[in-house]
Amino acid sequence: MTTAFVVALLAGTGSYLVLHRGSVRVIVGFVLLGHAAVVLLVASAGGDRRGVPLLDQVADVPLGDPVPQAFALTAVVIAFAVTLLLLGVLRAQGAAADDDAEDAEVEEQAGADAGRVGGHGDSGEVGRDG
Amino acid sequence: MNVHQLVLIGMVALPLLVAGVLVLTRGASQPDLSGTVRWAGRLTAAAQGAGALVLLLRAVDDGPTVVQVGGWVPGVAIPLAADGFGSVVALAVAVVVLAGLVHARGTGEDRAPLLVPLVLVVQAGVNGALFTADLFNLFVFVEIMLVPSYVLLFLGRRRTHARMDAARVYVAVNLLASTIFLAGVALVYASTGTVQLGELAQLPRTPELDVAVWFLLLPMAFKCGAVPLHGWLPRSYAVAGPAVVAIFSGLLTKTGLVVLIRLDALLVPDGSAVAGVVLVVALLSASVGVLLAVGSKGMRAVLAAHMVSQVGFLLAGVGLVTTLGLAASVFFLVQYVVVKAALFMVSGAVETRYGTDELSSLGGLAHREPVLALAFALSAAALVGLPPTSGFVGKLQVLTAAVGAGAYVTVAVLVVVSLLTLTSMLKVWNGVFWGPADDAPRPLATRAAGLGAADGLGLAGPAQRDEDARESGTDRRGGGVGSRERGTRDDGQAPAAAASRATRAALVGPPLVLGVVALLLGVGAEPLLAVADQAAAGLADPGAWAAVVTGPPR
Repeated sequence: MTTAFVVALLAGTGSYLVLHRGSVRVIVGFVLLGHAAVVLLVASAGGDRRGVPLLDQVADVPLGDPVPQAFALTAVVIAFAVTLLLLGVLRAQGAAADDDAEDAEVEEQAGADAGRVGGHGDSGEVGRDG
Repeated sequence: MNVHQLVLIGMVALPLLVAGVLVLTRGASQPDLSGTVRWAGRLTAAAQGAGALVLLLRAVDDGPTVVQVGGWVPGVAIPLAADGFGSVVALAVAVVVLAGLVHARGTGEDRAPLLVPLVLVVQAGVNGALFTADLFNLFVFVEIMLVPSYVLLFLGRRRTHARMDAARVYVAVNLLASTIFLAGVALVYASTGTVQLGELAQLPRTPELDVAVWFLLLPMAFKCGAVPLHGWLPRSYAVAGPAVVAIFSGLLTKTGLVVLIRLDALLVPDGSAVAGVVLVVALLSASVGVLLAVGSKGMRAVLAAHMVSQVGFLLAGVGLVTTLGLAASVFFLVQYVVVKAALFMVSGAVETRYGTDELSSLGGLAHREPVLALAFALSAAALVGLPPTSGFVGKLQVLTAAVGAGAYVTVAVLVVVSLLTLTSMLKVWNGVFWGPADDAPRPLATRAAGLGAADGLGLAGPAQRDEDARESGTDRRGGGVGSRERGTRDDGQAPAAAASRATRAALVGPPLVLGVVALLLGVGAEPLLAVADQAAAGLADPGAWAAVVTGPPR
């Protein structure tokens, strides 16, 4: 029952934060949602089976199921990586070029012309890694 | 382990390996290494196509090829299984990737050194998602497919607010969908104790499993852009590079659909509420998508809106819950992957050569670009569903299946949507290709004599650009001017003309070839129809598939 409450709390808070406008809140919201899914994964093995799942262990508690733990590990890594990517996008968004349509066109055109003539182009911001 | 099993493993392993090698050798970039990278990408994509064909022929003759990966006993191993459905879609995907990589040469996007490796990783993820028989691996493969796509979305393009906004929405939506899918996997495991699709298909239905399946289907509806979860799709497809969009259109949303169809076939019992919901969503997608398309003002925006609309046709076949409907969906899916990529490539070529895809500022291109006009006419006819193209056969199949199932509302909606599709395609045709030759804008390439338009539009990759800036030894603006002078001076006429011809061929060739493929699939539809029928039979009765997947290795 505790697990259910934890998942509900994480998912609820996460959904609430994701609906906000601020970037950091959205990120934290996604982190919490990811946690909710991972807790759900771990709980899917059954919360009462806690023994160490190694062959030689003789435990008087039922052994835990290693499969969901492996799932959780993979899921944590993937969620972490994608969250970082989202952070990177948000950071790049802060440093993004002005998107006044005319300006952008002119600038891209300048880059395109330079690129076409010499086979080398440079339109400004693109090369900088966010 | 026989040849087919090796091929099946190669479908996932080969693109990953090649991509890894390409990324590793990127640092030691000789000036002409880009040609090697290009050809490595094309050859890998071609090899994937050949592999998919081998697997498809085997699946048609002898049933699915199954590998218990790692040689573990069935039940412990995580199997890969190539049935007719997965193989035929993998074949179409490989064709689109190959055409897309060639097209990227024309649009200049492959000057970004990471383009080829990233596309190959996407392809590996798609193949894995098509062939895996394990729910958790499905999640992982979908992530493998998505992570490079986040980068490809704005690879080598100027980072404007509009683009970063779209990227933010795209990443956020996919992250949300993946999280929901993960929760679904957890619920499936909690209620059954397995995530192997073959075992799941054989288990008795329980209410818990039914709830879990909804958690799996919802994220896939996100990924295929079905209404009302479609908002991210036109937004993000509007900002990516032209060749990248063509590749995305054939791979990303289609994988969502394939997974949706497979999970629906394996895990949704007869008489479930899922079918009804899918049919309603299908009709909504078809109508909303086509209205979006009619109201759009850019060529690419029209095409992206049609992606939502065509999802409706595909899901309609699934929502009918008949074998005929499934067969129609499979046929429609395969031909549509090719057609949509061709259309996006035409749009990409126009954009690259004329600097815009706004219908209002183009016109009369049929005189200047007869090849592109032909490619557009062929693929647009296929999208609308005019005979004798493949789209006609596909739509006829869907409508026949709907009549067979007595779903007359579906028939009516889909016919009206087809008419509106025709309207929007005519709008594009009139706006871009029709009209007097004087209306035609001058191509960018002729405004500055030199290499083809392919080098334009600021698409070069970050590393390349920094290198350029350093070479010219001046500030960034100065770099542009410096290279302009150098370019003019060094502009040997013959090699420049040859290079220009090559990029031009790379630009207009792929859409024409894909358009012709669409025509051939319509005129000679028999083989693909037979494959689709067999794939649908396998999907409608997954018992045999499940037995092979869970049984001893063949």
